[in-house]
Amino acid sequence: MEKKTPLYEAHLAAGGKMVPFGGYILPVQYGQGVIAEHQAVRTACGIFDVSHMGEFLLTGASALESLNRLLTNSYDGMSLGRARYSPMCNEAGGVVDDLLVYKKGEEEYFIVVNAANRQKDFEWMSGHLAEGSRLEDISNQIAQIALQGPNSQKVLEKIARAEQIPEKYYTARFDCRVQGMDCILSRTGYTGEDGFEIYLKAEDARTMWDLLLKEGAEYGLIPCGLGARDTLRLEAAMPLYGHELTEEITPLEAGLDPFVKMNKADFIGKAALEAKGEPTRRRVGLKVTGRGIIREGAPLLAGDRPAGVSTSGTHCPYLGYPVAMALVEKEFAQPGQTLTAQVRGRQIEAQVVALPFYKRNKG
Amino acid sequence: MNFPSELQYSKSHEWVRRQGNTAEIGLTDYAQSELGGIVFVNLPQVGDEVTMGEALGDVESVKSVSDVYSPVTGVVSEVNEALLDTPEAINQDPYGAWLVRVERISETEELLTAEEYQEHIRTEQ
Repeated sequence: MEKKTPLYEAHLAAGGKMVPFGGYILPVQYGQGVIAEHQAVRTACGIFDVSHMGEFLLTGASALESLNRLLTNSYDGMSLGRARYSPMCNEAGGVVDDLLVYKKGEEEYFIVVNAANRQKDFEWMSGHLAEGSRLEDISNQIAQIALQGPNSQKVLEKIARAEQIPEKYYTARFDCRVQGMDCILSRTGYTGEDGFEIYLKAEDARTMWDLLLKEGAEYGLIPCGLGARDTLRLEAAMPLYGHELTEEITPLEAGLDPFVKMNKADFIGKAALEAKGEPTRRRVGLKVTGRGIIREGAPLLAGDRPAGVSTSGTHCPYLGYPVAMALVEKEFAQPGQTLTAQVRGRQIEAQVVALPFYKRNKG
Repeated sequence: MNFPSELQYSKSHEWVRRQGNTAEIGLTDYAQSELGGIVFVNLPQVGDEVTMGEALGDVESVKSVSDVYSPVTGVVSEVNEALLDTPEAINQDPYGAWLVRVERISETEELLTAEEYQEHIRTEQ
């Protein structure tokens, strides 16, 4: 039985088309449709209900040690409020989940995980903590709204004080009180645009959602669903667990090298990654040059030789053409390589391109 | 939502406009609304045989691909080539944006009236 987020009624009121996702019922789109929602985030702003995500609190004198053990990235030298992304590996070097960790206090870390992996992550992490660390699942008390797009800051400035708004990307302000609601304002997102992720109490979610809709209207703000969330993250070439990352794919194969610190003393999966050596297959971007959309699971050929498989794909509303991400044998992973995808009994031609497909103007 | 009364409808959400022994086939307003913004259309060639109940092509939106089923058995006499460049016309004008015209029709499946089709959608949901 799927669960409802605190914003369920808000989605119905806004004309949301509800679908099951990650154990929850969420809107795949609202009345205007995926393309309009996608364009709104690229040119104005949009809000997403991301309350289904999981949130954990890691505390204790050995919390830092636990993080460095469990995650491939290094968590040393973080200032308070900083966020760092990392894959989390199993002993074989495959990815259990990818997640975000915020330093909330000297012995306190706020961790955000994928909705579908919440229980798996909690059990895995709990089973591998350093002595004296404590992990708490606080997901049920927390709602999350993502405010994304070039106008995001202007909208937030209408409801929050300037000093509450984090300035740098991948930083957060904890203990904010916005319009009487306690919240965390984080300058992060999954769209490739400037924007914020607002964490707040479940019981305040509806008030915040309605407030953002009202105050954001003059800046073109509309509610956006899961459909647009996927087209946006794909255009920005951001990996999605279950597609570009799975327990059978290593973070190095997925191109997440900057987040895998092989010079750390140790982490779960390090030995396996060392033993595997240079990846023989790599995540690539594909620009579709033929007619049609290459979605996940399409076998790819280079001429008549098997080259790999697509892991995600869609039509990109902003770029105006379909793109895909794929896991491809090293020799075919160079930009310019032509590949053919087998889709519904037809062949669709594509070309390997450098990632990301889309990058915002940081002007 | 629009259900022109002079058309006939299939349970798989195609509409048919009969003109003698030719049939013009398209997707209903309900179909285009369920699909979302259509970005690709795959159509048969003039001269291809189509069979009642079998796919004659497909339409692709951002969200999904859907087969278009032929309500008749016959031969394709015309294809709406303009849709290859502007597939979104199906969303904007579902009853004007015909996909194919079929002639030499030898069989037709049982089609619904506009009222029966509306009822069908209600029970399907």
